[in-house]
Amino acid sequence: MAEQTGVPVGLTEEQPEARRIRWGFVVVWIGVLGLLGLVAFKLLQVQQGPVGVGTKAPVFSLTTFDGARIELADLQGQVVLVNFWASWCKTCEQEARELEQAYQEFKDQKVTFLGVDYVDTEKEALAYLDRFGITYPNGPDLGTRISQAYRIRGVPETYIVGPEGEIAIVKIGPYGSLEEIESDVVSVLGD
Amino acid sequence: MRRWMVVAAGIFVGLMAIGWSGPARAQTANPSDDDVNRIAKQLYCPVCENIPLDVCPTQACEQWRETIRMKLAEGWSDEKIKQYFVDQYGARVLATPPAAGFNWLVYILPPVAILAGAFILFRAFRAWGRPRGVEEAPPVATSDDPYVAQLEEELRRRA
Repeated sequence: MAEQTGVPVGLTEEQPEARRIRWGFVVVWIGVLGLLGLVAFKLLQVQQGPVGVGTKAPVFSLTTFDGARIELADLQGQVVLVNFWASWCKTCEQEARELEQAYQEFKDQKVTFLGVDYVDTEKEALAYLDRFGITYPNGPDLGTRISQAYRIRGVPETYIVGPEGEIAIVKIGPYGSLEEIESDVVSVLGD
Repeated sequence: MRRWMVVAAGIFVGLMAIGWSGPARAQTANPSDDDVNRIAKQLYCPVCENIPLDVCPTQACEQWRETIRMKLAEGWSDEKIKQYFVDQYGARVLATPPAAGFNWLVYILPPVAILAGAFILFRAFRAWGRPRGVEEAPPVATSDDPYVAQLEEELRRRA
């Protein structure tokens, strides 16, 4: 009778070297799949487009050119119009005066306007605000954190945040007229 | 005599300190385009992706270059100016990403991929160089234990 060796007849124990290589392949494949997953995740993030209507507005903190600090979270219960602009942006000029007019019209009705200056230089930004007589709070998008949170594709872009903190209106490109701004703000105020 | 030696040593130490204090750039009243571009080519404006700041033709980039010129005229160092742009616009403006967070992958993955490729090639070449049908002889039993020797002999016969 054959002695028991612990190995079934017809099978041979795996060589340690082969086992090491197999583990090596597993580790390499896990690494490759992990990397592919990371790349896919980043690509999906990039292709998501701007934040959509109905979603929670990303909260942010804006330090204005005057040094005041404004937290979006503190403006709960108000309608907040967030306008992304830049002094080098020609199409932003088309809506600059109308935005200021709308601000003057709505500032006493629980409506706040915030200007977020995207990838700009302070001297030119202040000159732009002065040229168009803009008085509502404006500040630089330090570290481009706000524009990244809203995933903007360019300027101008405008987001109107409802009293509950949700995105109510997304306007890509410049407003064509004061009436268009009024209509959007009134529609959110009336909700 | 001793006093002269002390004075000479003092002058020597002073000169060494000046020599070792690192390259200092003088405050320039009118920095040249080359001075500006030396820093600008290390930066990318987020608006014009993939175009270095020194050759980017947009108005935004022109404003950035003017900012660099202004900071140089104020006597700022290259590093301080780059840090200013990072603080203002984020680390993505740097041509060379800082080795932190996910950025480490940029530095680690290429050498790892090259090493892994070299290892795979090495194994493939070694396997191709080995003649087919010739296998390594099984190791000869060297155990003095008669039971183990008998077991190995049995296994060899079955193989």
